[in-house]
Amino acid sequence: MMVVEQDIVIKNKLGLHARPASRFAQLACSFESDIKLMKNSIAVDGKSILEVLTLACPAGSHLKIIATGQDAKQAAEALGSLVASGFNECD
Amino acid sequence: MENLTQCIKLKGIGASPGIVIGHCQLHDPGHIKLPYYYIFSLEGIEFEQDRFIQAVDVVERHIKDVISEIPDEILHHSDMFHAQLAMLKDKMLFEKTLEAIALDGINAEWALEDVFAKIKRSFLQIKDPFFRERLKDVEYVVKLIFDVLTDAATMDFAAKKDAAFILVAHDLTPVDTVRLRPDKVLAVVTDMGSRTSHTAILARSIGIPAVVGLEAVSELVNDDTLLVVDGLTGDVFINPDEGLIRRYVEKQDCYISHSARVATDSHLPACTRDGFTLEIKANIEMVDELPSLLINGAEGVGLLRTEVMYVAKKELPTEDELFVSYKVMLQRIAPLPITIRTLDIGGDKLASSVNFGAEINPALGLRAVRFCLKEQGLFQAQLRAILKASAFGDVRLMIPMISGKGEIMAVKIILDEVKEDLLKQGIAFNHDMKLGIMIEVPSAVMIADVLAKEVDFFSIGTNDLIQYALAIDRGNEFVAHLYDPFHPAIVRMLKRIVQAGHDAGIPVSMCGEMAGEPLYVPFLVGLGLDELSMTPTVIPRIKRIIRTLDKTQCGSLSEAIINASCIRETYELLEDFLAKYLPEDRELIQSLCKIS
Repeated sequence: MMVVEQDIVIKNKLGLHARPASRFAQLACSFESDIKLMKNSIAVDGKSILEVLTLACPAGSHLKIIATGQDAKQAAEALGSLVASGFNECD
Repeated sequence: MENLTQCIKLKGIGASPGIVIGHCQLHDPGHIKLPYYYIFSLEGIEFEQDRFIQAVDVVERHIKDVISEIPDEILHHSDMFHAQLAMLKDKMLFEKTLEAIALDGINAEWALEDVFAKIKRSFLQIKDPFFRERLKDVEYVVKLIFDVLTDAATMDFAAKKDAAFILVAHDLTPVDTVRLRPDKVLAVVTDMGSRTSHTAILARSIGIPAVVGLEAVSELVNDDTLLVVDGLTGDVFINPDEGLIRRYVEKQDCYISHSARVATDSHLPACTRDGFTLEIKANIEMVDELPSLLINGAEGVGLLRTEVMYVAKKELPTEDELFVSYKVMLQRIAPLPITIRTLDIGGDKLASSVNFGAEINPALGLRAVRFCLKEQGLFQAQLRAILKASAFGDVRLMIPMISGKGEIMAVKIILDEVKEDLLKQGIAFNHDMKLGIMIEVPSAVMIADVLAKEVDFFSIGTNDLIQYALAIDRGNEFVAHLYDPFHPAIVRMLKRIVQAGHDAGIPVSMCGEMAGEPLYVPFLVGLGLDELSMTPTVIPRIKRIIRTLDKTQCGSLSEAIINASCIRETYELLEDFLAKYLPEDRELIQSLCKIS
């Protein structure tokens, strides 16, 4: 089983609030791999908007994506670039 | 028993105009009795799971319907609904509930309640209030599922009764609000909310009268309690007596016939019988108010309040966000002009995470232009946005709370720097954009002649001016009765401002509440004000009154009022004038007076 870890920093101003969290979870759900999102050694299910929300990640949070599964590499990359894009919050 | 009911008057915020007398219906989605039972068979568990899945499907369709019904004007509110959709099918909620039904052998409601309790616990542990508050969305979604499961009628509360009713609620969620049906709901009355909350915006856009911010109305009424709701003044009466009802039936008739006439004459200019024309504009703060502005015959925006974008979000608005919002408004009402007032609050009111500290006496503290001159980065961003927008329509810049010449000179220096920057960057703007100031601090009144030489227009902010000049806090119930725009000191100040402006050849307008009060119109016309700016809905009435007046007669009235020695005398002079020249309108004006 492939495990891919990727460090990310939340860039968008509002942090992982409702809309970005739901986009993150939706994208995570499109992969087969198990997705964990980790902050300060607390890990939550990246496929659950509610768990992602309860992690409470404002702008500037340092997080780690841990993808486990066949498409782990693609999943980590896709989620990483979604976060890096700042969720296109300014649109 | 019923005869023992007591008439209670509540004062809220008139969020959407109109007068309604009717019975109420409480919207109370929180009080559903949930059934609890164990399930002992495999088929029973499957049945419960299926029931839950179907309920979630119904709610999903419901939210999708709501999204599709959202008017374009407020489409940006739809983000919240999309997040709710995601929550609905979230593992932590959806799968956990199915699991709980199977593992604990309990019914769907019970399982959902347990699962929600867990979610609630994890949210309540979040320290950052911004994230903790999202629990509200989860709570709402869960309530919708409960409603469907328990077959509660709340889901379609808008169609619950046959007869139309006044909807009373602690607060309405955006979903509730979008579901309001004008044929069933006569008016909306809520504990929470402000003029800019979604309830107010929606109610205005679909034309349902609304009073919000009543604090505890939902605890004071039962289903079918009789209410009088005045969306114009924000007054709500619980258990009104016969006399009160009769008065309000009259006021309602006035309002209805007034509204009918609006369509026919609101576009006519506010020209007195002897040919003197005042410009009548609107005070607004959001783009959704523009339709109402045009229907009511406003000749532009005399006061665009810009605070909403600074208080709505945690982050300060960017220059681009401000620019786009100003530009959109300008394009929507072109070729009419918009006077944009720069930020008129202090740091304590900002939702921003930047901490500006609290003050003991904010009304006399670091606010408005003082705050802007201290936080120059924030001020420059707003000025740049306004200047950039000036390339797309007729914009005028207005600075609030000027108390001396030094402040306006400091503003001009910053404005010139910003203009120079834009010029260097080759960004288009109107080089001759008019610059004006609000006259609302007594010191500015005393040196109005000095200030008039520095700016292109004056706009009188009566609310603050009266408050500062009379040393009255309107929010303080012990002294609020002493707040009166017709105090001889105030009328003399107004005279002085208009005089100073006209001596310097600049127009003088008024954008405080006094400008939209029918009673004062003859006096204001007599003073020679060039422009009045007010809440859009009162414009047609004010315009009509002006058309029946004679400027010369009003001038004599104003002279007499300025020479009066006490408040009683000023009102007596006005009453005599109304009796003599406006006997027809007198009734309307007096009835308004008595009630408010």
